[in-house]
Amino acid sequence: MFLLNVFKPAFLHSRETDSGPFTGLFNFKKLWRSRIIILLCVALGPLISLAIFTFVVTKHDAEREIHLRTIRLASNTKRTISFFFEERKAALDFILRSNSFEQINDHRQLANILQSLQETIGGFTDLGIIDATGKQIQYVGPYDLQDVNYSSEKWFEEVAVRNHYISDVYLGFREVPHIIIAVKHMFPNGFSYVLRATLETQRFNRILSNINLSGSEDAFLVNKEGIIQTPSRSHENIMAKITLPVPEYSEHTEVMEVTGSHLKKIVIGYAHIPDTSFIFMLTEKKEALMRPWRTTQSIIIFFIILSILSTLIVVYLVATHLVNQIFLADLERVQTLHEVEQSSKLASIGRLAAGVAHEINNPLAIINEKAGLVKDIFSFKEEYKHDAKILGLIESILASVDRCGKITKRLLGFARNLDATIQQVDISAVIEDVLGFLVKEAEYRSILINLDIEENLPQFETDRGKLQQILLNLVNNAFAAMQDNGRLDIRIRRVEHDFIAISVKDDGSGIPEADLKRIFEPFFSTKTKNGGTGLGLFITYGLIQELNGTLQVVSTFGKGSEFTITLPLTRISKQR
Amino acid sequence: MKILLVDDEFELVSTLAERLSLRGIDADWATSGESALAKLQDTTYDLAVLDIKMPKISGLKLRKKIQKIQPEMRYIFMTGHGSAEDFYSASSEEGPDSYLVKPVNIDDLIAKITAILAP
Repeated sequence: MFLLNVFKPAFLHSRETDSGPFTGLFNFKKLWRSRIIILLCVALGPLISLAIFTFVVTKHDAEREIHLRTIRLASNTKRTISFFFEERKAALDFILRSNSFEQINDHRQLANILQSLQETIGGFTDLGIIDATGKQIQYVGPYDLQDVNYSSEKWFEEVAVRNHYISDVYLGFREVPHIIIAVKHMFPNGFSYVLRATLETQRFNRILSNINLSGSEDAFLVNKEGIIQTPSRSHENIMAKITLPVPEYSEHTEVMEVTGSHLKKIVIGYAHIPDTSFIFMLTEKKEALMRPWRTTQSIIIFFIILSILSTLIVVYLVATHLVNQIFLADLERVQTLHEVEQSSKLASIGRLAAGVAHEINNPLAIINEKAGLVKDIFSFKEEYKHDAKILGLIESILASVDRCGKITKRLLGFARNLDATIQQVDISAVIEDVLGFLVKEAEYRSILINLDIEENLPQFETDRGKLQQILLNLVNNAFAAMQDNGRLDIRIRRVEHDFIAISVKDDGSGIPEADLKRIFEPFFSTKTKNGGTGLGLFITYGLIQELNGTLQVVSTFGKGSEFTITLPLTRISKQR
Repeated sequence: MKILLVDDEFELVSTLAERLSLRGIDADWATSGESALAKLQDTTYDLAVLDIKMPKISGLKLRKKIQKIQPEMRYIFMTGHGSAEDFYSASSEEGPDSYLVKPVNIDDLIAKITAILAP
């Protein structure tokens, strides 16, 4: 609460005034806002820029790392698969070169070779010798494929051209996936034949299943048409068409990103296996790959948000405190200016009043003396001494002169007291002086002024001018709040032996409870439209404090207000 | 008891002197400092009623000059201007009771004269 009060923007409720140049407050709300914005820009600008830069750079690095890892893994797998096929192709080539046609065309010899292959390299199901016409002239294996003619098969045409052939995976009659490898052997005399072997795919599949894959990664082979050739985590059946796009041919291992189902990005590493139609594909959801980066980013973002929040709080507190200090200084400046202006106005009025009074006083004195002389002559001469009418007329002139004299004396008294400092004052006389100025208004508005002054009140030392001004302001305020035919009670009592309490009570409009706390604030006025400056009570309050007094207000909205001033009867020195 | 009234307003000072005379007070009058000083050359007065604001010689200056001629003289100051300066100047010279603001009430004036010249 203490901190809240210290840093609460005191200027938020300050109102701009049109009191003239240099006598109004600066626009502190605007100043406060601009200070906060500048401080925030200076403090948060670099922080947010650095955060964005770090985000972009680390994201780019993370993506590059993912791509490199994918390429590395795909490339390694490609080499393993290539080696698998190279090994088997080389084995068949070796068989062709190390055996004569007669030897290899011998059923028993071919069976021995198959057995050797199954026992060494493994995975071979059968072997067949096919002559240049496409007829399988020798076959060893579990099926009855002797004399089958392959001349119309596409693979046979390909092997004739390229001397070797590795087929796609196909199911064949047994619905068991397998691959055919065929190698052509040509003699110098133009005679040629082809050694064809059928391979099981289990060993081949084992290579892919041995790859160390993470949770959502998948590795499989497809052919150029996109038909799945090996078991896959994300595809239920082999020989089905993949849902992902089939990569374009590339000699090197590549990586690409595609948008999969649910608009999620998938990173695909792929490599074409040389001399085959196989494409190795390694797929992974990008979201999963980026997870470690996201975790790091979350921690960084958390700390950045924490920094921003603490910066916001510090900037708010510092700006508010600073502007509060300036506001208080400015408030004092304006108060001083207004006090000076007010004193200056009063002094001018005083001088004017004194001037007028002086000018009137001389002719008035002459009238007084002439009328007095007439009265004297009449009074001293026997023939007029009993002429009541003449004497009455002269008395009337003298009474009017006396009345004018009182007015000019009061004006002169006011002017004199404006300059006066501390002196002994009689509170009744002060009240009388003050009311002397307002009695006409009270008469016009039929306001009843009820004066209740305790008897035998002592004179006390105070600044008469200030006391007059205080009372004049309070009575003026009361008049402003009252309707015609109202009643004003002024009550003066001695309290607690050493104090005098002066209460000014009206039956006017009263003050709403919400406004009661603010009536002593400078520029708070409900009469701004009617020329109120909102300084009357503020200055009054200041003057009372200067006289070491206190001011209390009791008000009921709609019923009236009572202002009570308490002043010490003995002066307490106080430095302002 | 002989009194000298000095005020630049002829109408005022002459009438006031006449009224005092009617009440048995021997009052003489002058309308300037110079004529007052001339009268003082051959007449002795007990008290001078001086207007503070007068052309050439003000009431306060006149008092200083008179003091040189007749040191025993007592004074009452009149003014049509109730400035603090006048009040303090007059009060500091002769005390606050010596000060009267115009228009002067004849009875007040006589009361003051009587009080000041009382033995």
